[in-house]
Amino acid sequence: MEYWAVKIGYFLLTLGIVTVYGLLLGAVIARTMAKVQGRIGIPYWQPFLDIVKNLGKRTAVSHGVMFYLGPVFRIAGGIGTLAFVPVIYGSEMFANFNFAGDLLLAVYFIFFGQLGMALGAGESGHPFSAIGVARGLGQMTAFEVPFALAIIAIVIQYDTLSINEIVAAQQGGMSNWTLFTNPLAVAAAMLAFLGMSGYPPFDVVTAPNEIPIGPPTEYHSAYLALMQTNRAIFAGAKLILFMALFFGGATNWIEVVIKTWAIYMVAVAVGASFPRFRVDQSIRFFLRIPTLIGMASIAFVQIFLAG
Amino acid sequence: MMTKDKSLGPMANEGLTAEERDLFSDARPVPYQPYPVEVVEKFINWVRANSLYMLAFGTGCGAIELNPLMTARYDAYRFGFQPRPTPRQASVFMIGGYASVKTLKRIIRSYEQMQGPKFVIALGICPVNGGMYWDSYNTVNQFDLYIPVDLYITGCMPRPEVLLAGVLELKKKIKEGRADGHNRYIENLDWYKANQKRIIKNWDMPDYSW
Repeated sequence: MEYWAVKIGYFLLTLGIVTVYGLLLGAVIARTMAKVQGRIGIPYWQPFLDIVKNLGKRTAVSHGVMFYLGPVFRIAGGIGTLAFVPVIYGSEMFANFNFAGDLLLAVYFIFFGQLGMALGAGESGHPFSAIGVARGLGQMTAFEVPFALAIIAIVIQYDTLSINEIVAAQQGGMSNWTLFTNPLAVAAAMLAFLGMSGYPPFDVVTAPNEIPIGPPTEYHSAYLALMQTNRAIFAGAKLILFMALFFGGATNWIEVVIKTWAIYMVAVAVGASFPRFRVDQSIRFFLRIPTLIGMASIAFVQIFLAG
Repeated sequence: MMTKDKSLGPMANEGLTAEERDLFSDARPVPYQPYPVEVVEKFINWVRANSLYMLAFGTGCGAIELNPLMTARYDAYRFGFQPRPTPRQASVFMIGGYASVKTLKRIIRSYEQMQGPKFVIALGICPVNGGMYWDSYNTVNQFDLYIPVDLYITGCMPRPEVLLAGVLELKKKIKEGRADGHNRYIENLDWYKANQKRIIKNWDMPDYSW
């Protein structure tokens, strides 16, 4: 009993750190994008103010039970992803609830929030929400393919489903990172990451100047605050998962910050340079080169690394 | 859904047909009260002032002056001011100059769908007295008969610098707790509705768009 109390306490601490870090990272990235456009950009504390402002709205309208549950599912997806990814390798405090099969669960949780959001946004009855959900799920199904292939490749490579063991196998110098031992899988996963991160060219789902802002069209007040909080947690959890699987994990918080920032900057650099794809274009994109790279990575692992 | 005001009863929704009435809410909105602790209310007003989401709905020719606000030259983002494409998430409504009767209908629906506290800025001289459209057959002359306005920025057209100054002025008003357009609208709802219905002849929408 005491063991679990301590575990949950540590997890809440991790959750707090990742939330604050995710919000700050969002502001830093927004300022980076602003600099690219020659602007000053939002203040660093803007995401915090937006959340407090939305919580402090004095009116709210509901569209039914599922409408309430949409943001709740979404934040459950974010917290769930984080809960099963060990943040810092070798630390009892920030290991979270890792166990032998946590990779499968974390990968499942990445997509759990989107499905909950689809149900909630559908309940709102707004046609733009429905179109946004259709676009979002279509694009998600497409980038899931290279991502799943990359995961399969590294599972074969390390012969384990435990994220902790995958990180352990990458210790002892940069040359042990998956990035260098299996570059094809990392390439496929990073291309899928571009789709996940919601930056151009794959931001057609929630872009404000497409159908207004997509699935969250009807969400407001505290619902929106919940979704904005989740955005930070989910971004943090996803980055930490990628860091653990492909970039050697981290042994302290400074390493976490540097690595996750660098991984995020890949999506930002691509986003700042390319215009937006339509949904059919992005589905075609993901099902061609990234999927082929993903399959090639499995072949590569089978021929050169496994056994 | 907000609780109904018992003394005034539900909205009549007379503009809707019998089967349409089932599809829309007839609840009457109630004004919100400030938070009981003064420090909390002051803090939340400061936060509101620094996180303004503008409804990106250009209602007149003045909307052309809004676009430069977001570009490198003026960059309104640094004041916590940003466009938001859906009224549900927006808290500032910029009336871009003249409001024709046809647009006024959309303005009312969008304004009512925004969640309170919400603020209205009217650009240009047209919302004040009609400006160059003073004797036009389809343009309203005095805008605050229909929607409560928190701040006017006059001129024809006001340049983006003036708009930025106006945004800063609105922030000052919100911080002092003087931007109470939302409550004024709900407290005088019957008066506003009578004014709106006098000018909008084909009222085929619910009396309050939730």
